Amino acid sequence: MTDPLFGVGAWFAHAVFAVLVGVGLFVLVDDDNLVKKVIGLNIFQTGVFLFFVTSAYRADGKAPLVTGPGPYVNPLPHVLILTAIVVGVAVTAVALALVVRIYGEYGTLREDVIREVRAAERESAAAEAAEEGSR
Amino acid sequence: MTPADLLPLLVALPLLAAVLPLLAARVRRDLVRAVTVAALLAQVALALAVAAFVATDGPLATVVGDIPAAFGIGLAVDELSAVVVVLVAVVGVAAFALADPDTTGPEGSLWLLLVAGFTGVAVTADVFNLYVFLEISGLAAYALVATGRGVDAAFAAFKYLLVGTVGATLYLLGVGYAFVATGTLSMADLAPALAAAGYDSTLVVTAYALIAVGLGVKLALFPLHAWKPDAYAAAPGSVAVALGALGSTVAGYALVRITYGVFTADFLAAVPEVQSLMVAAGAVSVAAGGVLALRATDVRRLLAYSSVSQFGLFAVGVALAHPVALTGALVALVGHAVAKGGLFAATVAVEARTGARSVGEYARLAAALPVTAAVVAVLAASLVGLPPTVGFAGKWYLALGAVETGAWVAAAVVVASTLLSLGYAGRLVERAYLAPESTDDAVATDGGADAAVGPDAEASRATTALAIAVAAAVVVLAVGVGAGALADWLAPVVEGWL
Repeated sequence: MTDPLFGVGAWFAHAVFAVLVGVGLFVLVDDDNLVKKVIGLNIFQTGVFLFFVTSAYRADGKAPLVTGPGPYVNPLPHVLILTAIVVGVAVTAVALALVVRIYGEYGTLREDVIREVRAAERESAAAEAAEEGSR
Repeated sequence: MTPADLLPLLVALPLLAAVLPLLAARVRRDLVRAVTVAALLAQVALALAVAAFVATDGPLATVVGDIPAAFGIGLAVDELSAVVVVLVAVVGVAAFALADPDTTGPEGSLWLLLVAGFTGVAVTADVFNLYVFLEISGLAAYALVATGRGVDAAFAAFKYLLVGTVGATLYLLGVGYAFVATGTLSMADLAPALAAAGYDSTLVVTAYALIAVGLGVKLALFPLHAWKPDAYAAAPGSVAVALGALGSTVAGYALVRITYGVFTADFLAAVPEVQSLMVAAGAVSVAAGGVLALRATDVRRLLAYSSVSQFGLFAVGVALAHPVALTGALVALVGHAVAKGGLFAATVAVEARTGARSVGEYARLAAALPVTAAVVAVLAASLVGLPPTVGFAGKWYLALGAVETGAWVAAAVVVASTLLSLGYAGRLVERAYLAPESTDDAVATDGGADAAVGPDAEASRATTALAIAVAAAVVVLAVGVGAGALADWLAPVVEGWL
């Protein structure tokens, strides 16, 4: 017996995958807040994870236990994504550590403000150098 | 114990040794450096041993834990991987010699993780593990860039992290599509399975497109290059040397391995659009990287933009699917790694001696530091592709392959890249040798702008950096003269693919 919802379920999961990847990338590129950029990155990665997990699905699939009856869902993508989640956690940790350091220096999380500060710093440095040159 | 049993150690040694610097830091801080150097040197010995076995016995392969290859973790080293493994190990220890003498425990660990990640990419025979190793090397690279002084380093590392992670995740998504199409992840099994799935099926083409774009981010092809100049300019000198030599080189190796070892030349023949798009992307990268390098004022940024241009040329060579062109691309890949690493080492030497960072400040460098200037000139000649450097050999094979396939666009790109690189590399050499004496911003001999480290440390760092740059120049010339030998060494790999 085939699950009548199989087509709907797979379609739905793929739609969610596409939405997550799109939303994640959009937030990553568009938002000026560094923490939200990290969140966008996480959403993007989660979308890709969902794609993998969806690929394991099969109609009427059961948990792949040796003692249980078949047919089984494919356990391999789950194992892969466990690894990928660990990698994602490590990336998030490093990213947040960098955000903390940037915040400590500039006192803001907004990329546009940081850019302004940096531009101002460069200008004042250039002005200083010019002053030194004229002396 | 067979030679193939050494392969897991190539990854396990630096990975496990990465704990030692942290432990050493708890006992005695001055042990950290010694422990890290010892581990990196052991890795060099191991890499050379594996390369020697490949030279005598041919390619090695093993599956960890005696599990069938279809499910197990496969490792394989052929002639090409052996070159990359040795390059990673040697550059790792050489660049670490430039790190702050007062290395902290975490920093030593990061160096070993970087080497473990890069080596893993070179030896893995599984497309998913390649992703994991890409991320290990990536994470270590982000953190190492952030060890640079000042908040610039943190900001550059953050941007590098965002872009690098998106690239690696796109690669992972491509692997997912290939997995859905075939049900396997082992490189050896994927090749026939992808052929069975049909090279022109949407799944397979999408898989390749995502993998190529993902690795294109790591290669820093235009317009995915923006992270590179910032990261290389803000990183400490030692890290700039390591990443300049290895960062994109290892990703380039991965692109070649996936393109020809997994998707095979038949895929490129079946989907000619992929080939034309890659040539186009490479050509744009050559032009954009060259122009940006011409306009750069900071020497390190100039070198980073030059990489964008050089890897564009590499992508063109890979896309041609011609044995001579591919040989040229691989020779250029190795040659660029050595030359770029040497040039970054030279910038470290100049910076430590004079504090100069911009092209303008390199004026009359030849008078102040004649040996350094000569080394810069030799390495720059390799970037341009002047004989007898390895850069010339790579471009020669590439142009020859392009002409033989009748790919006139690609041939034109090779010539254009030479002209552009003559522009930016020549500018550096011209400043160093021919700048007029009255220039205001001539090399200032203020003994380096570094107050935190004593002048003695700066001087010894400059000497080490110069030694590395000289060694790189010697390699560039020696391999350039003996380029035929390198091409012969790589020939079995290339012939197996094409």
